[in-house]
Amino acid sequence: MSTRANFDQNLKELKSMLLKMASKSEYAIKEAMIALINQDIEKAKHVIKADSEINELEHEINDKALLLIARESPVASDLRKINVALKVSSEVERMADMAVNIAKSAVHIGEEKHIKELVDIPNMMERALDMVAESITAYYSEDITIAKKCAEKDDEVDKMFGRLIQELLGYIPQNPSSTNQIIQLAFVCRFLERIADHSTNIAENVIYLVTGQRIDLNA
Amino acid sequence: MSIGTLTREVFDIKDLNLWYGEHHALKSINFPINKKEVTAIIGPSGCGKSTFIKTLNLMINMVPNVKMTGEINFNGQNVLNEKIDLVDLRKHVGMVFQKGNPFPQSIYDNIAYGPRIHGVKRKKDLDEIVTKSLMDVALWDEVKDRLHAPALGLSGGQQQRLCIARALATKPDVLLMDEPTSALDPISTLKIEELILELKEKYTIVIVTHNMQQASRVSDKTAFFLMGELIELDSTSTIFSNPKDSRTEGYITGRFG
Repeated sequence: MSTRANFDQNLKELKSMLLKMASKSEYAIKEAMIALINQDIEKAKHVIKADSEINELEHEINDKALLLIARESPVASDLRKINVALKVSSEVERMADMAVNIAKSAVHIGEEKHIKELVDIPNMMERALDMVAESITAYYSEDITIAKKCAEKDDEVDKMFGRLIQELLGYIPQNPSSTNQIIQLAFVCRFLERIADHSTNIAENVIYLVTGQRIDLNA
Repeated sequence: MSIGTLTREVFDIKDLNLWYGEHHALKSINFPINKKEVTAIIGPSGCGKSTFIKTLNLMINMVPNVKMTGEINFNGQNVLNEKIDLVDLRKHVGMVFQKGNPFPQSIYDNIAYGPRIHGVKRKKDLDEIVTKSLMDVALWDEVKDRLHAPALGLSGGQQQRLCIARALATKPDVLLMDEPTSALDPISTLKIEELILELKEKYTIVIVTHNMQQASRVSDKTAFFLMGELIELDSTSTIFSNPKDSRTEGYITGRFG
């Protein structure tokens, strides 16, 4: 007879709540980027509005995790599962906040014609979204190989960020009237870079979940 | 027996095997126990944890048909090999059991019993020991006005603290506790746990417990026994956060077997 079937069921539910939250955040990032690229203000506003659902899910995850700690006195891997669910939910919530920030930048730029066609920023977004997907897959499957693979990509995103900022700032002298747009696009790069960092943090949490060891993959 | 050597280990058990008749109840146990630490022993029923703790003061000798091999070094002396004065050994290694078991005597006489058989006669000395022992277990304020009342009139939690005081009265080095709170209500249990944390300033404590939260709250080291084997011995924080053996993990997370 399984001795902790109910607890196991609750741990599963906690994980699936978190996966639901993660997929909503991932979707929010994509939608925010589409809104930015297509200059779709309505879509951007929708992303901003939908963030409250993600925040609500984070609260539900927190409440459930605390209830399980109080009720089940978890130890060892059970405790790590709950601890990591709490931490990952907070990373995912921050990612969703970044999606909101990108959407706000899209609103700030509005319908002003882009100084050039956006190519590198969508590329950077692809990389960041790859990392998001990998970090969540690593969490779902408790796979440290995927977690490490995800974290390795962070350097590349950091480099893209540095390069893009330089490039964007270089446009200001020739396009002083587009300074606001250029600054907003630079912000978007920063938000994408942060999303990649949150993915790396999730990857670190997966390694802690599986091995019990804390390592810094950002170093 | 010479007491007070300056090794870190008060007990050093080496390759200890124990049989009850044909039944091999402890298998090649190697177990150092450090001074002034609380060591908790956990494991399912029948794993050998109570057997093990009873070897430390040779209470196990009271069970018929017991055979032991290996070493139980107490302050550098192997109590299995040498001619050991059992009364003296148990003076240094006190024991408390599941349920308070006061003698059917007064509170005072319960505490004074050990010192008396070890030759303390003067009333002033006995008074001092009784007072100090009761203070050590935080029972003094509750019983100081009725020291000559029957000990069996105390509550379960008070009886257990009295028994701890009785064990402390002979000034032991080590206090063995075999599930000391399993028969107590939650508040009495917490009082005993607080007491354990205070007593470890002066004594080495080995506690057998079925309550894993208790082990995690009061102990410095935790040992996990299974079917007569010592599976894992490590710092309590490691055992409860990231044990090395999957059997330990299975037991402490309640998914054992």
